Amino acid sequence: METKERISLNVNNDSYDVEVDPAMPLLYAIRNELGITGPKFGCGLAQCGACTVIMDGRAIRSCTTPVSSAQGRQVRTIEGLGTPENPHPVQQAFIEEQVPQCGYCISGWVMTSVALLERNPDVNDSEIRQSLSSLKCRCGTHMSILRAVKKAAKAMA
Amino acid sequence: MTKQANFTITRRQLIKSSGALVVTCGLPNSLVAQTSNGPSSSKPPLSPDQLDSYVHIGADGKVTAFFGKMDMGQGVDTAIAQIVADELDVPFEHVEVLMSDTAYTVDQGGGSGSTGIRSGARPLRNAAAEARRILINWASESLDVPIKDLQVIDGIIQAKNNPSKNISYGELIGGRYFNVNMDWNGNYGNSLNAKGAANPKTPDQYKIVGQPIPRLDVPGKVLAQTPYVTDVKIDGMWHGRVIRPPVAGAKPTGYDQKSIDDLSDVQVIQIKDFIGVVAKDEWNAIRAASQLKVSWEKVQSPFPEMDDLYNHIRRTPHVAERAGGGFGRPEPGTLGASGSIADAETKVDKVLAGAAKVVEAEYEHPFQSHACMGPACAVVDANPDQTTVWTGSQKSHKTREGVARILDMPVDKVRGIWVPGPGSYGRNDAGDAAMDAALLSKAIGKPVRIQGMRHEGHGWDPKGPASVINVKAGLDANNQVIGYCFNAKGFSAWDIRSTEADPSDSLAGLLTGWPKKTRHNYGTPSESYKFPNKLEFWRTIPPFLETASPLRTAHFRDPQGPQVHFASESFVDELATVTGQDPVEFRLQYLTDPRDISVVKAAAKEAGWESRTSPKREQQNNGLRTGRGMAYASRGGTTVAMVAEVEVNPTSGQVWAKRFVVAHDCGLIINPDGLKRTIEGNIIQALSRALREEVKFDRNNVTSVDWQTYPIAQTTDIPEAIDIVLINRPEIDPTGAGEPSTRQVAAAIANAIFDATGARLRRVPFTPERVKEALA
Repeated sequence: METKERISLNVNNDSYDVEVDPAMPLLYAIRNELGITGPKFGCGLAQCGACTVIMDGRAIRSCTTPVSSAQGRQVRTIEGLGTPENPHPVQQAFIEEQVPQCGYCISGWVMTSVALLERNPDVNDSEIRQSLSSLKCRCGTHMSILRAVKKAAKAMA
Repeated sequence: MTKQANFTITRRQLIKSSGALVVTCGLPNSLVAQTSNGPSSSKPPLSPDQLDSYVHIGADGKVTAFFGKMDMGQGVDTAIAQIVADELDVPFEHVEVLMSDTAYTVDQGGGSGSTGIRSGARPLRNAAAEARRILINWASESLDVPIKDLQVIDGIIQAKNNPSKNISYGELIGGRYFNVNMDWNGNYGNSLNAKGAANPKTPDQYKIVGQPIPRLDVPGKVLAQTPYVTDVKIDGMWHGRVIRPPVAGAKPTGYDQKSIDDLSDVQVIQIKDFIGVVAKDEWNAIRAASQLKVSWEKVQSPFPEMDDLYNHIRRTPHVAERAGGGFGRPEPGTLGASGSIADAETKVDKVLAGAAKVVEAEYEHPFQSHACMGPACAVVDANPDQTTVWTGSQKSHKTREGVARILDMPVDKVRGIWVPGPGSYGRNDAGDAAMDAALLSKAIGKPVRIQGMRHEGHGWDPKGPASVINVKAGLDANNQVIGYCFNAKGFSAWDIRSTEADPSDSLAGLLTGWPKKTRHNYGTPSESYKFPNKLEFWRTIPPFLETASPLRTAHFRDPQGPQVHFASESFVDELATVTGQDPVEFRLQYLTDPRDISVVKAAAKEAGWESRTSPKREQQNNGLRTGRGMAYASRGGTTVAMVAEVEVNPTSGQVWAKRFVVAHDCGLIINPDGLKRTIEGNIIQALSRALREEVKFDRNNVTSVDWQTYPIAQTTDIPEAIDIVLINRPEIDPTGAGEPSTRQVAAAIANAIFDATGARLRRVPFTPERVKEALA
């Protein structure tokens, strides 16, 4: 059955009310109802990370998170990180290291790295590799990603 | 909430405001102004013989380059901007590149075979040079200074001895048009070229070409300001999903409307064997596609057991064959150049019968999926007067042709706009999405956005073809090669073509009555070993299913390069072992092309290659075994050698390619930074294909339908280092880099595993199970 409920969302410090199926994944609410398109649909299975957003400080996969569970929580997308004039240190490092190729996965890598480094920027190579191992990049930009995350970790330490 | 599409390109507005938008291709020359005495205010028709089709200079002096190819993050657009800026003598920052919008670019073939710079840059370079020549002529008249006494600095033409006597490009042409003809070679696609009266600069005059300029597209992608095709939103747009059969090849016999009665604003669309749903809301489209009860005809299981794949290839009679590769023929007078391949093979076999020793091996390569980061997406606004398609396809000009055909419209009433998609490594699922969206949009008379679900991206994208490659060679008593035969047998690389220009090359076309046209093509090695009595040929077998199939085969990055060179470069290593030689020395003994020789030497030197035979058979204290492997191959004028250093865990079977050393020669280097990252990407993707990737299927369908059933490389698989030696050859026109460093990777790893363990892996991927099995 099609049921719609009014759900209040806070995304990038803006408040929104949306009327949607509460079981619908948060990703579709962010992209289609709010018009915030940084998070991407990659798999709908929480296997690739392209849809990653930060909810109350934790990186989550918005493609499998019901929109109802975001009610009353603080959601951050890549749009909420930095601006061209003042990018987040992780974005700055990703630009300096010229990371993306197709770039479709990049929001997920950036958001997961932000959540990781904001919790603890004192991470070594092996910890970074382990922490990011559930993300996919098909273009094979991993070498640049690892360089960028290490650079960002230094900047945020 | 609805939002207008936010992909408006300011350049487009600029052009619209300064002249009429006319979309016409290939007007006869007689209809186009032949000469120019000054700029014109109206834009000449878009045609390859018009200077204005490639370069536009605004009133502010900013330059727009119109590029009929695209870039998917390998820096081609940045390289084009460098080339155009250098020819025009304008700052790099003043050049923008507009790619693959059919309303503004001529058909240069789209993304294709690493030709973005090799072929695609030529007409742009020529056009920029011609624009500069004309502007200097005009400036000479306007300033009353002879041409020889003028110079251009940052887009300002000035008297050499009196810089205050000057005029800018912007003042001379200022948003108007050159209206000047160029000498077009009459070709469309990769071979399109056009030249004006001006000669482009010589490499010694370059200031911007060769510089490691940061890529134009990077900040937008990292700051989430780059709209992707998935982000295109058009007023009144509905969302579509196509429903694929559970058994490949089955046709829908009906559906139960009641199964989706609970969903509002949803419609089922069936056109012959094509069945899909559209909904006002994307979530409802997804729900409808999964809820809709479709009945399918009972068909025989179309596929063999997967375990039987390689035997199926071996025993199935071939339907096409060719010596010398897909695009070339053997040199006259060599084996296979004339007569039948069977006769040529008999000749080699006679040589081998007299050999002191015969070495023979077979190499197996599975189907592989593009497995792009997102399932393909397209938006089509089908309208009898003017249809627009937003596509991530590499070849938007061809997408436009295919959409026009499937909608039965004149091609000039269709506009194809390329927008970055979720990955692009050849003929992926993007072309299918565009055709699906076109049918659905026409059916409901509204713009339709379609994006498949993950299982469609993996399950139904065109695949890289599976093959079995047999290589044999004869050695004389002195261990010299006296005969060599390379025989690739597999599925065609052109089961569907690399474009969707013909609807029969798309799923939607095949499902709506466009007859399948399998063409046959495979490949042979691209190397310069001089073996006497050398024969190289391919043979192809028919597809399992002569209709819309999840195992359709088509171009996937470096088409057949990985398969072919996994075999040829593994075999060369096997010959080195049998003859008791160091693998690098063995290669150097037979290589003939000086550029090939120099990359092999450069890679070995940088890697600190120690001369010895393989295997090494030394175990580390931690139980790990380490080894090194070399592989080399060329592609389209680019030559690459690499050394892989691996760590093999004999207990778990895990292989870690810890370091690569690459020597890369693609002629003149346009941007060394972009080039290095392109090479890194090729190596990681190829490493993933070598170690992990295999499309699985059962008797009914493809069963690799997500990232768990089709794993790819992850951060824990990534090397510690990829050390790259770039060999710059300014005297040689730039060739490609988007694929050429892909084809060596599987063999380099296999050769390194052999060096480490003495076990020879002859089937891709080298999964832990297979490595353990080989070590047992």
